[in-house]
Amino acid sequence: MELRNHPPSEPDVPALKARALNLRRKMMGMASGKGEGYIAQGLGIADCLAALYFHEMRHDPANPDWDGRDRFLLSTGHYSIAMYAVLAEAGYLDDGELPTYGLNGSALPMSTFDETVGVEIVGGSLGHGLGQAVGMAMGLRLDNSSARVFCEFSDGELDEGSTWEAAMGAATFKCDKLVALIDCNGIQADGPVTVAIEPVADKMRAFGFETYEINGNDMAALVEALAACREANGKPKAIVLRTTPGFGIPTIMARERAHFVRVGNDEWDSLIEELERENA
Amino acid sequence: MPESKTLGDRTRGMGEIVEVAGKVTELAPFGNTLAEMAASRPEIVGLTADMGRYSDILPFRDAHPDRFFNVGMAEQNLIMIAAGLSKVGKIAYCTTYSVFITRRAYDFVAIACAHSKANVKIFAGMPGLVNGYGATHQATEDLNMMRGIADLTIIDPCDATELKQVVRAVADIPGAVYVRNLRGKVPVELPADYRFEVGKAKVLKEGDGDTGIIATGYMSARALDAARIVAGEGRDVGVLHVGTIKPFDRAGVLEFARRHKRLIVAENHKTTGGLGTLVIEALYDAGICKPLSRIGLADGFFECGSQEYLEAKYQVDLPRFLEVIREG
Repeated sequence: MELRNHPPSEPDVPALKARALNLRRKMMGMASGKGEGYIAQGLGIADCLAALYFHEMRHDPANPDWDGRDRFLLSTGHYSIAMYAVLAEAGYLDDGELPTYGLNGSALPMSTFDETVGVEIVGGSLGHGLGQAVGMAMGLRLDNSSARVFCEFSDGELDEGSTWEAAMGAATFKCDKLVALIDCNGIQADGPVTVAIEPVADKMRAFGFETYEINGNDMAALVEALAACREANGKPKAIVLRTTPGFGIPTIMARERAHFVRVGNDEWDSLIEELERENA
Repeated sequence: MPESKTLGDRTRGMGEIVEVAGKVTELAPFGNTLAEMAASRPEIVGLTADMGRYSDILPFRDAHPDRFFNVGMAEQNLIMIAAGLSKVGKIAYCTTYSVFITRRAYDFVAIACAHSKANVKIFAGMPGLVNGYGATHQATEDLNMMRGIADLTIIDPCDATELKQVVRAVADIPGAVYVRNLRGKVPVELPADYRFEVGKAKVLKEGDGDTGIIATGYMSARALDAARIVAGEGRDVGVLHVGTIKPFDRAGVLEFARRHKRLIVAENHKTTGGLGTLVIEALYDAGICKPLSRIGLADGFFECGSQEYLEAKYQVDLPRFLEVIREG
């Protein structure tokens, strides 16, 4: 698979939606094998990952360490289920590895390690992603590289002061090849987001980011916003993604406590059937 | 005995080790060496968190302004940005005070740097009592904290001679490194033929096998001073310098310990959790039991004052060394 597409061609939205559905299928397979997982967040971010890996980003699964690759940093390490799904869909991982998700001794741990092919940072201790993305963008610029840096982090991570230190750094150092992808799904470990983080988009603008706010489960809106972020205008970019946890499976979308999903063994099959039925 | 420069009750300028009359010093060995070596190593970048002036990195900034970044008073971000730079091929030297790295940015050093084996070289200023601003500025438990992090190299240089070698050496030590930096007019204590080797303790002076001092940082120089003084009393004290705290040179320390009847461990740090603890663990694990005295700081938060005042008050000064040696 050759994905060194840059600048990206016209987006094929139906094809990208089909990729996102494939990611959701893979995630449900992993979660049902393990019996639990951060599936709600994974289903919510699937569209964004499909848009990045199959349209916007320049990368090469046959050469994961290619210097010229665009970087994708998953700051929310517990979204690993989504990361492995997209890495498998893109060809970095074998589908056969996915059933080991979260099992003892697996190369696909519940929280991402950078030893896994295609994973750029150790995620999981929240508030670590954006600052490292800033450093990467600064370093790539020193090398006159045209590579871009995409950093996903969550609304919950806006609680962490380090995220705001990093945001100030991104503007100070004019990291205009940096795109912050803020997954605002409204949930964190103890339930709904509790700290007064809104209005997120206004805050990002105030911190110097060129900011877009979209429905993060709308593929056409995703590719449009990502395209708008290509301009080299001296400003870092942010896309506030309003996502729905469990998107694609209404039963999970309706769950009150969606941060960590654990359902009975007999229920996974019906949830997978629901995914297919809803997206038929 | 060398006479301390009189400073009265004044606290000294930020983080300069006390200049002792009659001792040769070198100005800003860290920054000048970094600036020089970076000329031929374009992958080196330098960062500070608003402590450029007080960490001696300004010679690097002046020589390589395009590779110098001041991130402001944001130590977490300092370490995150350094980690990010290293993950695209840079060697990131970063500076601020030891206290701010260790107490504010610990998780970032552990996960973003050490766990990822990121080439981040932290030069942490004003270790121990090398500061008159009190507990907020005195890193007196930093070795204890940092040695708990896996895959982190920890170095406590003795003087300008060693520090300059360390600045060069860490560029080629894979992964994250924490160095207790010395700034300002840094004394030249070690002989010109001294060679720093990571992970190797060095015998600075052979003794007669009675008292052996195991020390780190500039306390190794103080041990040499003390050894010279007591030589006139018929005491021939050995001195071992443990420049690398992690990885700890267990074999070198045990070999030195076996050759001495009694041991003194000295560090510019609390006596728990640092070199003293490492030595005792090594001795106990090896089944060696010998009289051992510790020179270092008791547990506590320390007050403001000049370095001379603090070192005397908290019992890590030269008279304390002489007292402990003479107890044996």
